[in-house]
Amino acid sequence: MKILFKIILYQIHDISRSRWILFYTVFYLILTYGLIQFSNDQSKIILSLLNVALMIIPLVSIIFGTVYLYNNKDYIILILSQPIKRNILYLGLYLGLVIPLVLSFFIGTLIPLVFLSRDILFQIPLLFLFITGLFQTSIFVSVSFLIATWNDNKILGLGLSIFAWLLFSVLYDGLLLLMINVFQNYPLEKALIGFSILNPVDLARILVTLKLDVAALMGYTGAVFQKFFNTNLGTGISIFSLTAWTIIPLIIGKAKFSRKDF
Amino acid sequence: MLSQNGIKYCRTILHNLLLMGYQKSISVSLLIIIFFLSIPVIPAKSFLVGSNNYFKTIQSVLTAAQDGDTILVEKGVYKENTLIIKKSVKIIGLGFPVLSGENKYEIMKIKSDDVLIRGFLFKDSGINFIYDNAAVKLDSVKNCIIEENIFSNNFFGIYLSRASSCKILNNKLEAFNTKETYSGNGIHLWQCRGMIIKNNKINGHRDGIYFEFVKNSEIEQNQSEANLRYGLHFMFSDSCRYAHNNFTKNGSGVAVMFTKNVDMHNNRFEYNWGGAAFGLLLKDISDSKIYRNQFLKNSCAIYFEGCNRVNTFENNFAENGTAIRLMANSMDNIFARNNFISNSFDVSTNSTRSYNSFEFNYWSEYKGYDLNNDGFGDIPYRPVKLFSIIIEKNRPALILLRSLFVDILNVAENIFPSLTPKTLLDIKPKMRKYL
Repeated sequence: MKILFKIILYQIHDISRSRWILFYTVFYLILTYGLIQFSNDQSKIILSLLNVALMIIPLVSIIFGTVYLYNNKDYIILILSQPIKRNILYLGLYLGLVIPLVLSFFIGTLIPLVFLSRDILFQIPLLFLFITGLFQTSIFVSVSFLIATWNDNKILGLGLSIFAWLLFSVLYDGLLLLMINVFQNYPLEKALIGFSILNPVDLARILVTLKLDVAALMGYTGAVFQKFFNTNLGTGISIFSLTAWTIIPLIIGKAKFSRKDF
Repeated sequence: MLSQNGIKYCRTILHNLLLMGYQKSISVSLLIIIFFLSIPVIPAKSFLVGSNNYFKTIQSVLTAAQDGDTILVEKGVYKENTLIIKKSVKIIGLGFPVLSGENKYEIMKIKSDDVLIRGFLFKDSGINFIYDNAAVKLDSVKNCIIEENIFSNNFFGIYLSRASSCKILNNKLEAFNTKETYSGNGIHLWQCRGMIIKNNKINGHRDGIYFEFVKNSEIEQNQSEANLRYGLHFMFSDSCRYAHNNFTKNGSGVAVMFTKNVDMHNNRFEYNWGGAAFGLLLKDISDSKIYRNQFLKNSCAIYFEGCNRVNTFENNFAENGTAIRLMANSMDNIFARNNFISNSFDVSTNSTRSYNSFEFNYWSEYKGYDLNNDGFGDIPYRPVKLFSIIIEKNRPALILLRSLFVDILNVAENIFPSLTPKTLLDIKPKMRKYL
């Protein structure tokens, strides 16, 4: 455990010196500040933040994660020459990246909100936004680590990362829309709930959209979704899905990492 | 002043004389008239009703009173079965006496012209689906005035049928039923003409104000709030004017159907939010004007179905789910000089063509430029997004709302329109919003 903490602390220290993470924080600072300046409607601010979070966080996390693991190859080989378990090293690297990324998202969005729009802080959708940010970061870093351990070829790894991001944020919705169109004569609501749970980006988007009572706009579909996600079962299943998306790639990646020949 | 009875008496005498052929004695009859005119007028009597007076019940006065009399009712609770008013009297409550229907019967039925009811608290008319129990029911009357009353927990509040030129002013109506089927309308008009409904507050009824077959009437400055179904509901009511009313948080907003020549202006439609809620639902409306209204936070601000030649101008549409839902069977409508501000969808339609025109509107999502500085954008604005077309055809697709994929589709469609109606565009969108 001690070693795990040491690795995490070292990584955080290392990352916080890099300019990337600073840009990332400043980006959220400027974005949130701009949104507050241009919009008076609080739920619109949260919605826009969510929109960006759902697009930017996965992209940044997955690319940052892949590049990070490739760049630290020498460091990893060095550490592995010490009597340190590979599992702990992998976990240390993972948390050492997730924690700074999440923190910079939190700090970047919270600072303008605290200073400029304090009453927004106590709204439940904001909490959802932060939970979304946390999960998106942890899921996509874990996926990126899996990709990077699987492939030694940097270009292929990076390509796969970008493809994975495209798949989750764009292509999946495209396929869903296609499916909705093809099967439009059937009651699709329940199937759609199932499909939206499978994709962490869609799930997060729908959860927050429903919380921001855009649900009324959706009529019957919205009502079905609201009914499902407002029950304990629905909440449980969505949290389970998000956690599974974090843990399963992490476990597979860890197994790969343990047996990997550097 | 001349008493009405006096005039009537004169008239009959004059009439009789003429009929009987006493042509020459017209001068005599004139003399008689002058004689009557010179009699000091007997003022209309006024009665006082109360527990300490000779008249303890309103019913007893009604039998004693004549046309034109005034009945003053002192404070107290009156449970007198249904009061039927067949004389043209003024009934005025002092300090809001309570007329109770004991949750069983209708409280008051007016069957005479020129009746005035003022200052009562009407309470607990029972629910009855056969007789449509109302607190006050007016049937086939003219020139009645119902003003400054409070109506509480009634099935129907004020119910008028076949009435004309009546005024409903400054009343407050509230009901507490939670089921639409067990609830009646606040102000209900059927087959009426020339009515004025002004400055009433209606809360918690089924429909706040209900019109069917009403002509030439004015509805002004009313507040219809939190009614179970519609804030205002009218059908087959031509040539009416609705102005300066507030319709807020009603179950399904306002519904307007099968009507010509409607004037709706300066109203506020707010917070009509829900799966089946519309700020303003228009079905088969033609030759009408909707202007200077505020539409705020409705899940659908205006829904057009089968509407022709409706001019919609100078309205504000802000933060609605869909500002305008335009069905393909609506033609020749004009939307001009409106503000569309932060609506999730500005216009949605199920048609690939458009026979309506949009011009000089301000769209907050417009991203064009104005090189010649005339205040209008140089490139047209397409208010219909591809996604709104998809949704119109296929409702469940709405779960993709705010997805990146959908944004990309919208941008692509905007550049090369193929599915959205090519002709549905605002050629001259305003750069800054109208104040």
